[in-house]
Amino acid sequence: MGEFFIILISAVLVNNFVLARFLGICPFLGVSKKTDTALGMGMAVIFVMTLASIFTNLIHNLVLIPYHLEFLQIVTFILVIASLVQLVETVLRKLSPALYHALGIYLPLITTNCAILGLALLNVIKQYDLTRCIVFGLGAGLGFTLALLIMSGIRERLQFADVPKPLRGVPITLIVAGLLSMAFMGFSGLVKM
Amino acid sequence: MAQEAPAEEKLLHVSVSPHLRDTVSVPKIMRSVILALTPALIWAVYIFGLRALWLVLVGMMSAVLTEAICQKIMGRPITVSDGSAVVTGMLLVYCLPPGVPFWMPMVGSAFAIAIGKQAFGGLGHNPLNPALLGRAFLLASWPLHMTTDWRAPAMGTMSGIDAVTNATPLAVLKEAHKVLADPVSTTEQVVQAREAVAQLSSSYGNLFFGNVGGSLGETSALLLLVGGLYLMFKRYIGWKIPLTFLGIVMILTSAFGGADGLFTGDALFHLLSGGLILGAFFMATDMVTTPVTFRGRLIFGAGCGVITSVIRLVGGYPEGVCYSILLMNAFTPLIDRWTRPKRLGEKGLRQE
Repeated sequence: MGEFFIILISAVLVNNFVLARFLGICPFLGVSKKTDTALGMGMAVIFVMTLASIFTNLIHNLVLIPYHLEFLQIVTFILVIASLVQLVETVLRKLSPALYHALGIYLPLITTNCAILGLALLNVIKQYDLTRCIVFGLGAGLGFTLALLIMSGIRERLQFADVPKPLRGVPITLIVAGLLSMAFMGFSGLVKM
Repeated sequence: MAQEAPAEEKLLHVSVSPHLRDTVSVPKIMRSVILALTPALIWAVYIFGLRALWLVLVGMMSAVLTEAICQKIMGRPITVSDGSAVVTGMLLVYCLPPGVPFWMPMVGSAFAIAIGKQAFGGLGHNPLNPALLGRAFLLASWPLHMTTDWRAPAMGTMSGIDAVTNATPLAVLKEAHKVLADPVSTTEQVVQAREAVAQLSSSYGNLFFGNVGGSLGETSALLLLVGGLYLMFKRYIGWKIPLTFLGIVMILTSAFGGADGLFTGDALFHLLSGGLILGAFFMATDMVTTPVTFRGRLIFGAGCGVITSVIRLVGGYPEGVCYSILLMNAFTPLIDRWTRPKRLGEKGLRQE
C-alpha cells in the first residue's frame, strides 16, 4: 500500500509530468485558457493515461517480450494510444458535445502527446507490473490535471492583467509555466524512488 | 425656472464607486511594512554585522533600479516611489543566508521585479509573490551558496545549541531525524541524534529572541511578531492567514514531527524556527497574491501550513515556508473561484 502511495505522490507532485518532466506542454498551453475546459481535458487525459498504461503494459509483457519484438515498442505504443484516443473522442462526441467542441483539435492531439507515450515508456523503464502501471498512469493524469487547473486559474486572472504587449498570449504563459515549475521544485526529495 | 438649476446640481452629486474613501494608499502601507520589518533588520546587523545592512541595501537598490528600468523601457509611468519594490527587495534579502556574496541579492531582486512582477504588468497583476520567486530562483540556480553561506550569530552558536554547531536548527533536526529513521545507524550516532533533538527542544529562548543562525531577517521570532502585530493592528494584514498557517503547522508537526510515534513532535520548536513567522505575517498576507474571500483565506493559510509541514518533515529541504506560499499563490485564483460567496437569491436558481 505504501509503495502505491509513493508512486502516486511521485507522479502527481514530485515528478509532475508537465512541471517537472516537461511532457505534454502542447495541451498544457493550448487548453489552459478556461478552467472548465481545462477540467474536461484533464479528465480525458486521466482516462486515456490510465487505459494507455494498462494496455501498453499488457502488450509489452504478453506480445513484445515473448516474441522478442521490443524494437517495435514505440510504434505499437503509439498505435495503442491512437486507438484509445479515437475511442474517447467517439464517446465524448456522443456524451458531451459541448466539451467535445471545447477541446477541439487538442483531443486528437492527445494521440501524439509525448506525455502519454512518455508514460508508457517510463512504465517499461521502471519495470512496473500491471497494478503499479495503473497507479502510475492515474497519478500522471492527476498531476497533468492539477497543473492544467492551476494554469487555467492564473490565465483567467491574467486576462485582466496589464501584461506588456510583446508578452501577451503565449510568452507570458510560458513564463508562468516556468515560475510554476520553480515552485514545484519545493516537492523535490519528498519521496525517494 | 432657469435660476433653480444650480441648486439642484448640488443636491444630486453623481460619481462612480467607491463612494467611501479612505486615506490609506499604497505608499502609506508600504511605509508601514518597511517600518514593521526594521526591528528585524537592526537585530540582523547586531548579530551578523554591518554586512547584513549592506546586503539589504543592495537588494533594495537593485529592486528599485530594475523596476525603474523596466517601466522606462515599456514607456509606462515610473512608480518606484510607491515603495513596493523596496519591500520586495527587503523581503527577498531577509530570506537569504547572511553570508551570500553581494551579487546574489542584486540578481535575485532583478529577477523578482523583472520576471515576477513587471512581466505581468506591475503591482497588482503578479500571480506569485515576487520576493519568494526571487528566492526560489536563487535556490534553483546557486544551491551551494543558498545552503552553505550561513553565519553564526555574534554571541551564540548557529544551531542555538552546543551539540552541533555548523548548521541551522531546522537542518540539525532534519539530520537527526534521518539518523533516527535509518536502520543502519550505529548506537553512538543514535545517542548523538537524540541528544541534539533534546537540546533543540530546550533552546526556545535562543529561537524566540533570535540568538541562532538562519536567513538574514528570520532569526528573531519576537521582533517579527512585534512587526506583524503592528501591521495587524493597523489592519493592513488580516488574522486569518497567519493564524491558520501557524496553527496547522503546530498541529501537524506535533502530531507527525516526533521520532517516537504520534504526538511526540515539538510544535513550539517548529513555530519559532526557520522563516515561519516571517512568512506567515509578511509574505502569506500579500494583498495581491492571496485570496480575497473569508473561506478562501482560511483555505490558503491551511494549505500553506500543510505544505510547509510536509516539506519540513519528509521533504528534501529543511525549510518549506517559501515553497508553500508560492504553491498556494498558484492556487489562489482557483480558491477564489470556488469560494465565491453566493449572491442573495442565487441559491436554487442556478442549475449548473
